[in-house]
Amino acid sequence: MPAVPRLHVVTGKGGTGKTTAAAALAIALASGGKRTLLVEVEGRQGIAQLFDTAPMPYEERQMAIAPGGGEVLALAVDPEAAMLDYLDMFYNLGRAGRLLRRMGAIDFVTTIAPGLRDVLLTGKVKEAVTRTKDGRLAYDAVVLDAPPTGRIIGFLDATREVADLTKHGPIHKHSEGVSQLLHGDATVVHLVTLLEEMPVQETIDAAGHLRDGGYHLGSVLVNRAQPRLLDESAATDGALDRAVAAGLAGSGIDPALSGPLAQGLRLHLTRAAVQDANAAQLVGLERPIIALPEQPGRIDLAALFELARALRTGLAEAQL
Amino acid sequence: MSASGESPDLDLAALVADPATRVIVTCGSGGVGKTTTAAAIALLAAEAGRRTVVLTIDPALRLAQSLGLTELDNTPREVVGVDTSSGGRLFAMMLDMKRTFDDVVTAHATPERAQAIFDNPFYQSLSSSFAGTQEYMAMEKLSQLRLSDEWDLVVVDTPPSRSALDFLDAPQRLGRFLDGRMIRLLSAPARAGGKAYLKVVGASFSIFSRLLDRILGGELLRDVSSFVSALETMFGGFRERAQQTYELLKAPGTAFVVVAVPETAALREASYFVARLAADDMPLAGIVINRVAQQSAPGLSATRAAAAAEDIDSALPDPVDAAIAVAALRVHVETAAVVEAQSRLIRRLRIAHPGVATHSVPAMATDVHDLDGLREIGSALQV
Repeated sequence: MPAVPRLHVVTGKGGTGKTTAAAALAIALASGGKRTLLVEVEGRQGIAQLFDTAPMPYEERQMAIAPGGGEVLALAVDPEAAMLDYLDMFYNLGRAGRLLRRMGAIDFVTTIAPGLRDVLLTGKVKEAVTRTKDGRLAYDAVVLDAPPTGRIIGFLDATREVADLTKHGPIHKHSEGVSQLLHGDATVVHLVTLLEEMPVQETIDAAGHLRDGGYHLGSVLVNRAQPRLLDESAATDGALDRAVAAGLAGSGIDPALSGPLAQGLRLHLTRAAVQDANAAQLVGLERPIIALPEQPGRIDLAALFELARALRTGLAEAQL
Repeated sequence: MSASGESPDLDLAALVADPATRVIVTCGSGGVGKTTTAAAIALLAAEAGRRTVVLTIDPALRLAQSLGLTELDNTPREVVGVDTSSGGRLFAMMLDMKRTFDDVVTAHATPERAQAIFDNPFYQSLSSSFAGTQEYMAMEKLSQLRLSDEWDLVVVDTPPSRSALDFLDAPQRLGRFLDGRMIRLLSAPARAGGKAYLKVVGASFSIFSRLLDRILGGELLRDVSSFVSALETMFGGFRERAQQTYELLKAPGTAFVVVAVPETAALREASYFVARLAADDMPLAGIVINRVAQQSAPGLSATRAAAAAEDIDSALPDPVDAAIAVAALRVHVETAAVVEAQSRLIRRLRIAHPGVATHSVPAMATDVHDLDGLREIGSALQV
């Protein structure tokens, strides 16, 4: 039996609701008395915006209590802080920070040498995944709100790249360790998508690249799918106008509106057909597909709990 | 001005037809239809009689195909199927980052030096993943196209950025780093050929270099050092050009178009873009809001439609017709809720940015990937 995943990497095309899905997943995995950590690495303060709190410092903070008494903590990893953290942890060099900044080393690592930056970020994630407290693991699971699909391979592969470039030495060893965690079966990568052409195409491409890169795919999380309001077989396009007009007769609705209402229904059916076609493509990935129901209005804690429930059911069915 | 005294309507047809408009930059967060909007604006301009080139970054495959873009080759290619009766033409190109980077190296270094850079193991890794490279290269290419004077109008699509305005910040950041002491330190060993440089650079440098040596290891430090010193010759050019492009973006004739969709996160980003552009004195034309839901029967209230849907069930002879009519009414009710939520968001945006022109583009039923689809968007972009 494969190991239970402890690091859940969540990626997806920009605009698909990656951060929301990651937060809901952290809640889902915490429910029933577990402890999870939700991590963001892009300096966007997406978690703070989602939970409507002040920007987070570089510190693990409680974000939510999951149903059944679990605990969700969150951390916004900042590359500069991660670098100082790393130096302190491995070299006892915590106080060198000011010097490094003055010399431009922080700029170098965090903006010019992205490979190093990404290794620092994933390195911090690894530290959280493997950290123990009082003889047991500090977190049952860590959920990483990762960069979007367009950059996910570069982000995860940075560990390998840096390990190759450095050949040996401390950074090499560190990168190798992180790379092993990311490629191991304790790590799964979930893909968030909408049922639209570009996100689905990017999801399929990213899934291929991730598999080629030796990463384990988790589930495909379909966000904001719109329920179909009329069965495909129920009406052929040409007959819609007549059927709506006939159906509305005697309802008190102005007959002049039946044309526009039929037009609205036609648009809905066209969109539903596009969604179905896109959904069919995802089946080819041979990964569990979990639908996250559309949450009307602003995403708040109640909406996240709804999504977390859908995720828990989906994950249980998929045995992930 | 709209009746409520909020922001004016953005008229893109007038903007693209104005001969004074020479550069249009679309920006916005990921997934809002930036590339499609850029392509639609370019087509609109070309068919209005302007010689237009659109520079896209990572377009959807089918959109790229519809523009005749089958390969990344950094060469503008003419788009077939454009109505040229007004005297305009449309060219499109896809940015090849690696190749643009190579070109910059070739242009700024001697052939031997360039070869040394290409051969360095760091170059391969950096030229494709260098933070901000994509942004930097897009701006570099924009500057080339603008200055060539071959085009009446250059439309450029910005890369989906990590943080909102990477394409403005990346060249600056690069400059800041290049001016920093780190770069001198890293290139010093290779230049001085040994430890002699320590004498010149002072005590904190020597502490720092010992630190680097301990963290990176001697061999890596030497590799980095020789790479940086090889690149150093071209840094002057980099910095100058980054500054030049930045000034070009601020110059009259440039217009930024912020693209968004009516969702909380995307509109928040759009607000941020607007503020950031204003802070940098960048000329903002306005905000395009894509995928705005439309009500097909706006005269009918949602309450009324919902009540009718309940009534119909029993009253009718043909159950199939009844089911279809009920579905049409339910679509109406759901759309009404979406329209309501979206217009609230859009109204807030307009109130928050009075004086910034906005324009809503209705949601299309299917994805756009041909010229007809782009034309449809183009006509929706006009007031």
